[in-house]
Order: sequence, then C-alpha cells, then structure tokens
Amino acid sequence: MPEEKKLFKVTIDNITVEVEPGTTILNAARQIGGEVTPPAMCYYSKLKNSGGKCRTCLVEVAAGSTADPRPMPKLVASCRTTVMDGMIVKSITSERVLDARAGVVEFLLLNHPLDCPICDQAGECHLQDLSYEHGKEGTRYEFNRRTFKKHDLGDYIQLHMTRCILCYRCVFTADQLTAKRVHGVLDRGDHAEIATYIEKSLDNDFIGNVIDVCPVGALTDKTFRFKNRVWFTKPVDAHRDCSKCCGEVQLWMRGDEVFRVTARKDEWGEIKDSSKGSTGWICNECRFEKKEAKDWVIEGPTKVSRHSVISQGHYVNVVKPKETLPDVMGGRAPKLLMNIHNVSEVNRPDIELSKIDGPAHSDDFKK
Amino acid sequence: MGVKLLLEKAQVEGIRSYEVYRREGGYRAAEKALKTMAPDAVTEEVKKSGLRGRGGAGFPAGMKWSFLAKPEGIPRHLVCNADESEPGTFKDRYLMEFLPHLLIEGLLISSYALGSNATYIYIRGEYAWIPDILEQAIGEAKANGWLGKNILGTGFDCEIYVQRGGGAYICGEETALIESLEGKRGNPRIKPPFPAVKGVWDRPTVVNNVETLAAVVPIINMGGDEYAKIGVGRSTGTKLISACGNINKPGVFEIDMTISVEEFIYSDEYCGGIKNGKRLKACIPGGSSVPILPANLLLKTAKGETRYMNYESLSDGGFATGSMMGSGGFIVLDEDQCVVKNTYTLARFYRHESCGQCSPCREGTGWMEKILKNIDSGKGKMSDIDLLWDIQRKIEGNTICPLGDAAAWPVAAAIRHFRDEFEWHVKNPQECVTRNYGLAHYADPLEVVG
Repeated sequence: MPEEKKLFKVTIDNITVEVEPGTTILNAARQIGGEVTPPAMCYYSKLKNSGGKCRTCLVEVAAGSTADPRPMPKLVASCRTTVMDGMIVKSITSERVLDARAGVVEFLLLNHPLDCPICDQAGECHLQDLSYEHGKEGTRYEFNRRTFKKHDLGDYIQLHMTRCILCYRCVFTADQLTAKRVHGVLDRGDHAEIATYIEKSLDNDFIGNVIDVCPVGALTDKTFRFKNRVWFTKPVDAHRDCSKCCGEVQLWMRGDEVFRVTARKDEWGEIKDSSKGSTGWICNECRFEKKEAKDWVIEGPTKVSRHSVISQGHYVNVVKPKETLPDVMGGRAPKLLMNIHNVSEVNRPDIELSKIDGPAHSDDFKK
Repeated sequence: MGVKLLLEKAQVEGIRSYEVYRREGGYRAAEKALKTMAPDAVTEEVKKSGLRGRGGAGFPAGMKWSFLAKPEGIPRHLVCNADESEPGTFKDRYLMEFLPHLLIEGLLISSYALGSNATYIYIRGEYAWIPDILEQAIGEAKANGWLGKNILGTGFDCEIYVQRGGGAYICGEETALIESLEGKRGNPRIKPPFPAVKGVWDRPTVVNNVETLAAVVPIINMGGDEYAKIGVGRSTGTKLISACGNINKPGVFEIDMTISVEEFIYSDEYCGGIKNGKRLKACIPGGSSVPILPANLLLKTAKGETRYMNYESLSDGGFATGSMMGSGGFIVLDEDQCVVKNTYTLARFYRHESCGQCSPCREGTGWMEKILKNIDSGKGKMSDIDLLWDIQRKIEGNTICPLGDAAAWPVAAAIRHFRDEFEWHVKNPQECVTRNYGLAHYADPLEVVG
C-alpha cells in the first residue's frame, strides 16, 4: 500500500503517532490529546496563515528527523512547524518548554485587565484556561496596565481592546470570510490595537464569526452582553434552514429562553465542520436575530468535553472511587481543616446546634 | 593605512555623478561580469571571496545566493536592505549618499548573478534625501545603458526601483521588509518558508545589505580569491565601521579587520582616542543590539588575548565575555556615561519599535523599559535587577524574529557586566539622579575579570 508508507512517525513526549506529511506538530499532538497538546491562543486550524504569534505552543524539538537527528536550537512554535519522519518533540517533559510557556502566560496576562467577574467570555475563555494550567498566582508587574476605550463595531459586536491579546484571528477571519475587511491592527508594539481606524461598523453577513474565534473577551456579542453567565446556560445543538450559512448552531439556553447563538465548537474551542463538510461558520441572522426556541429545530444537548466551567455537573468519564477516606489514609480518620462543632462554646454550650431547626439565630440562644 | 575597497574614491570631487564615477574606473566590474562571466560564475566568485553579510548576522553572502530557489517560469528578485535603523549604525547612509553608483553597480552585478530583472532598494523613511540621490544615479545609469533592456547587448534586462519605507526599525528584518515592500503591515513572517523560496510576492528573493552588495564590485574587480586574502580567517575583505559616542573623530571608517580594537579606538587614523582625554568605560561594538562590553573585556578577551575588529575575535568568549561584530555601529562610552541610562535608552527604543506581533516581545520590551526607567530615576528595587534578567531570558529565543533577541541582549549584557552599577542606583536613589556611578574597575584594561 503506497499510501500507508507516506505517514510520518513523530514522537511527542514519548508517545508516538503516525501522521500525514505536512501536519504541524500541534495537530499531531492534538491527535494524541490530553496534557501533551500544547495550548494555542492564536492558531486556528480553520484560518489560513494563523498561528505563530502568541508563542504559547512553543515546544522543544529534540531530534529533527531520522535523516537529520540534530535538535533544533530554539524552541519552535508547534502550530507552524511541520513534522518530519522520526521527529522527537518534547512538550510537557521539557523544563525549557514549561519555563518559556510560563513566561508567555505572564506576558499575555501582563496588560490583561483580569476583569473576569464582569467579562462575558469568562467560563469559555482560553486565556482563563491557560492561566489556570500554566500561570502563576501573582503578577510581578507593578505598573499601570494599558487601557483602551471600548468601541462598538456595528450594532452587534463590541470591541473591548483592553482584553485583547492580539492573536490576529479576527483579522484573518475578516480576510478569509468576508469580501472586504474594514478592521485591522493599528500601531505597533504594546500599543498596537485592533481597530477600524475611524469608528466604522463591521457590516457583513459573516462578521459575527469574529466573536467565536476571539480567544478572550475582546470581541463580544452585544445581544448577549451581561445577560447571563455562560455556565448558567446550557448548550443545545440546533439547526434551521438558512439560505446564507449551514444553519447548524449551538443555542445557549436557560429554561426555554435562548440567550445566545454560536457556531458549534470542537474540543479545542474551534468551530466544527458542518454536516455539509465545510467549516460551520454561521451568518449574522442566525447568530443575532433568531433568539427564540421556535426559530430552531432542537437536536439535543451538546456534549461538552473540555471547557472548564461550562461542563460543571457534566462529569464525563469520571470514575467514583470505591475507597473511603480512612481506607486511603491507612485507617486514620481524616483531619478536618475546619473544626465543626455541634455546640457553641461562645453562646450557650447547653444548646445543641444540630437540634436547632434551620440556621442558628440569636433568638435561639435567648430561650 | 589599511586597504580601502569601498571608500577608496569617496573623497573624489563629484564622485556622485556618473561621469566622474566612470572616469575613476566605475562600472568596470559590471562590464567584466556581464560580458565575460556566467551568472553562476559570479556567485562562485562571491562564494570564494568569503564575503559575509554586513547587515548584522554575518551569514556568508555567497551561500545565501546559492540557496535561492530557481524554479522555471517564476521571476526572482533581489532586494537591497537599506533600512539601516540600528542605533549607532550609519555606514549604509554614507555609502549611498556619497557613492550611489557603487551600490547601483553592485546591484547590477548581483541581479545578473541571481537572475533578478526587477531589483528593489528598500530605504528607510528617515533617509528622506537619499532616494533622490539614488534615483538620480539610477537615471544616469539607465541613460548610459547600464540598466533597462538588453544591457551591454547581453540580453539581460534589469530595472532598479527605490522604495521608501515608513520609518520602522522592524522593516530591516528581511521578512518584515518584504511584507512592507508588498504594501502590507511590516510584520515579520514566520519562517520557514525562507525568502530564498518564498519572498516578495511569493517569489524566490535574496535580501542583502547595502554594504554587502557594494562589496560585490571589488570582489569582481579583483577576483574572489584575492578578496579573501584581505582580512583574517573567516572575516574577509573590508568592513565599514560607523564609530560614534565619546570619541574625537566620529565617522565611517573602512577597516580590513586585522586591526585591534585598541588601535581602532586610539589611533589617529580611526577614532582618534576618547574625547576630552577621558578614559574608556564601555563600548557597544556592533550596533545597539549587541552586548555591551566593559573596557577590560573589550580590549582583551577573557583569555587575555588582544581583541581584533573582526567577526571571530569580537565574539570570542560567547555572550559571557564577548560581543558581536553586528552591523558595525561602534558606540563608545567614556567614564562619564551611565550604563543604566544607556540601557534604558536602548530599551525605550526597542519598546517603540517592537511590531507587537508576538507576545514576549510586545509585552516584554515595555515591561523592561518601565523597570529600567524606575531604576534609572532612583525608584528601583534590588529585586528589579533579577526580574529584568528573568524577563530578558524569557524573551530571548522565544520570538518570531530577532528583534526580541536584540531587545534582550543589551539588557542582559548590561546586567552581566555592570551589575554593581545597577545595584548602586538602587542603593543611592538620590545620588544616582545627580551624579554618575563612575568607573569602578571597568576602565582598567589590564585587569581582566573572568
């Protein structure tokens, strides 16, 4: 079989996979999945030329290929480096990689406002995930963070540049999905910003997709802003007949109410291919205007596998341990961090707290 | 008196004009190359000459040319990188301003060797008056049959276009230059693919520095082997050094890479010694992004050998005790200069010039600048010095293009060699704004700190 011979063997953190030539290290690692996969903030497999900018996916190449087993001197961006046959890659097994990755996370968070409590992206934010996994608890940055004014990009999208990490995904989306791009990156260095130069509205049927590709809360859906937290809403797969797009979406519902419509996403947070085979970008009409359950044919709840808090309560593949705590601790009873009393030593020790109906109240002690 | 190949005729009256340049032996090399040599033979001569890229990295030019992909039916391009923006470097400016025809001739020969029918000079925006000089020279060359269609009846066509940049340091990085030349935002591309395969408009492209291309002229005139005899080891030929700072004779000098650093600084033929009879404290030998060296490590290597002005000797000892030849921007600091302030100035430059594409450089350069500003103005903390070290370590090597490294190296070297000066700034917050740290042991050339 000549086709099978073409596959390249690549070893990532001691796990070997066979991939097509031309696959990037990141995509090879995604075939393995789990912790081995480097995080990616700017790479988006559905967008051409994306990637290479955020540097979170840096990996160490310990051996270039079977033919040329020399290691690469620098860490490489796994999203833009293609595999060679016999390549040996170190991701989480390399100290250098973990160190660099922690550095990149620190850099990304340096000017990020960390306003997660009021950010609509919280709960499905890639930067949140990244900082939970690789970040430190504090910052060493002692200066004012840079801020920008909020901009309305038309009636549906708000740009909150302060949160932006300049992944360029929205620029590529507008380039590759719409006929004419009207927003881009202005200025350079740490004052670079996504902007339309003169406040212009982004006016295109597919421009709403920039919200889906944004890894942080820089581009948010104005029809959803401050309406709900994503973890209170339940994702449901649905579709409708749409003349402009594939019409296959995810509804984010609470009860019968549709709070938000997004494209369907895979386990890497990227928009899935639709049943017609092409990438499932959705049009503005589906996204912003069809906010009632009756507009949609509901298929069933979405399987949420990766994203942190959205999957709360949906424990996938969780095995409940059979052992009790004393079993694990060799017979000793667990030492509780909080000493829970059943009598109050401060008030009236003669009253047993557990006998009180409901929470204790001062009236209970006056009796 | 050292050998002069490039600046030999720089002082001739009216050398800017075609007539005088031709009378002084100009375009002889172009005639020789186009009439008697095959394109590959020209590349072969350049390879033999051992000419190394004069833009900063020092990559062998002939090797770079031979990497150029030559697919059938796709045009190839030569781009001359005249976006000389490295602080302290002004050699290309001198060359273009006074000897425009030398560059045009070099471009013509190189275009012939590489098969480029459309050759571009990408010049930095701040050199506002030089494009006019170059365009006039191109016009004269064209009028005399050195450019255009069927040059010298060889059937080779070549046009040279001058493209002005918008004034961005980052556009000196070859892929950012290509993006900018295409009319896009000057962001460096992610390599691979390299420009030799996919450059301007996805066509194979060679990007070379002004001085490198000008040096092709003497190589063809005297032959690659002869050229290789000048200089020492792998540092062949002559190099233009733009010397500035606290010296008596700042300016552009042509050296043949066999003289010692000490001779270069103190000889009357070159820098003419330190200004006002002061003592040498430190020097950045190759443009602002290369590591700064204290006087003792500058004049002698860590092994106690004399340091020479060439690629190998300047980088002897690696970054721990050495530096780099870089682009030849030789910045001399005397005993009155403050290394912390100097480093802060450089950090400010790199922060301003970072393109903002990749996160370590975008965020890290600004962070380093703010910390250095604090230390410089007496608001620093002891922990800031270690923090700076950690930041530069996390930028270096983790960015798309070398700007990240260029921003990290000066900070790293300043802390490595002048840590006590940083500490003094922290310990004496009042004093550091009113007076300088002084010399300590840096200026003593006899004492080498290992």
